[in-house]
Amino acid sequence: MLEVRLYLAQRASAAIMAPLVLIHLGVMIYAIQGGIDAAEILERTRGSFFWGANYGLFVIAVSVHAAIGLRNILREWLSLRGIGLAVISWIFFAGLLTAGLRAVAAVVLS
Amino acid sequence: MPQQSSQTILDVVTWIQRHLDAGLSYRFACRVGMCGSCAMMVNGIPRWTCRTHVNKVMRDNQLTIEPLGNLPLIKDLACDMSEFFEKWTDSKGYFQGSTTRHDPVSTLSPNSPQRRVADAATECINCAICYASCDVVNWNRDYLGPAALNRAWSLQNDERDRASAERLTAVAGDAGCHQCHSQQGCATYCPNELNPTASIAGLKRMVAKAYVRGELPKQGTKRDA
Amino acid sequence: MKPHRQQPLYLAFLLHRLSGLGLALFLPFHFYVLALALEGNAELDQFLHWSALPLVKFAETGLVFLLAIHLFGGLRLLALENLPWSNSHKNYAAMALAGGFFVACGFLLRAF
Repeated sequence: MLEVRLYLAQRASAAIMAPLVLIHLGVMIYAIQGGIDAAEILERTRGSFFWGANYGLFVIAVSVHAAIGLRNILREWLSLRGIGLAVISWIFFAGLLTAGLRAVAAVVLS
Repeated sequence: MPQQSSQTILDVVTWIQRHLDAGLSYRFACRVGMCGSCAMMVNGIPRWTCRTHVNKVMRDNQLTIEPLGNLPLIKDLACDMSEFFEKWTDSKGYFQGSTTRHDPVSTLSPNSPQRRVADAATECINCAICYASCDVVNWNRDYLGPAALNRAWSLQNDERDRASAERLTAVAGDAGCHQCHSQQGCATYCPNELNPTASIAGLKRMVAKAYVRGELPKQGTKRDA
Repeated sequence: MKPHRQQPLYLAFLLHRLSGLGLALFLPFHFYVLALALEGNAELDQFLHWSALPLVKFAETGLVFLLAIHLFGGLRLLALENLPWSNSHKNYAAMALAGGFFVACGFLLRAF
């Protein structure tokens, strides 16, 4: 029942991300005016539980969602199957998760 | 070939077979839009050739007539429909009742919400136009396809049917309903105006509910990864 | 494009898939840049100075567009799969695309 679990994981992660993406779009449109620099970002995110939780959740959800989406593309457009497909999909998931959590830590904890 | 008014693509193919190429292989039966046997690709679109008028589809005085897509070719315009029908069976797209001829006839209301849902999907005549237009079938030759899944949905909504659980398992495998990307090519080209995409969305909901309730087996059918 | 694909909801699918792919490939780069903050503000600023270039602002607008259409298109799919069936999906797909343009324009106008 792998496909059922993947389907539910992808739809659930999508539903979780819907408000997070709206927040992110709002943040970007707000922040971009007058250019953007490190201080402007970091003075808001450093030590912020809210931004840590917001982007932490976003990273976890997007890692699941993007890896499953990419898996579909690999299977349908590159005809990958079996072990190869599973390994590459897991690598995407793990890569996005570690890089993403590292980025969240960078802007919240450093 | 001579052009006539109200000429259909099937008329064209028939004329060619009678006057130009006696060896041309193609399928037809009723020639009045009831049986679905004459389905072919006309200018790249899957259609019933008996119900497609030449003057409606001709472009720059050119017509391209090809065998139905996504199916192996036997000869000329005739495809091997075996995989299409095997998937019908694999999706458990057949009724399994629990009564016999000795039992009273079931009484069903045609107006019950569930019956309306079943009826909306029930008019499929297996012409394979939806199958030919589905890009997921094109990209994943194991995919059960719109027709088989549409039938499964119709039966899932038939209150007399007793194979609900096995059917859900059959459509939840790695070539099942979750592969549909809702492109609605099937709905666009179905001559009976069915909507397999809507049916498949219904199956996705049913499978999700069954999964969450623990009603699906741990292992799927032979198609499952 | 093959004739049978020349219908609006195939285009909607294609845009959804390609926008998702674009965003997925952009993310590692995005995470790398943000993680420069680990080394201090200066490291991140050195990179962010590039974002003053008009070309970069257009590229960012493109990414905002991809994210917006992927979000709105995704909401349409969640509705398709979970709400009672609607025959208006061509309209919804068009609205999703329009919404994406609107959001991207909003970003672009504030970026300059």
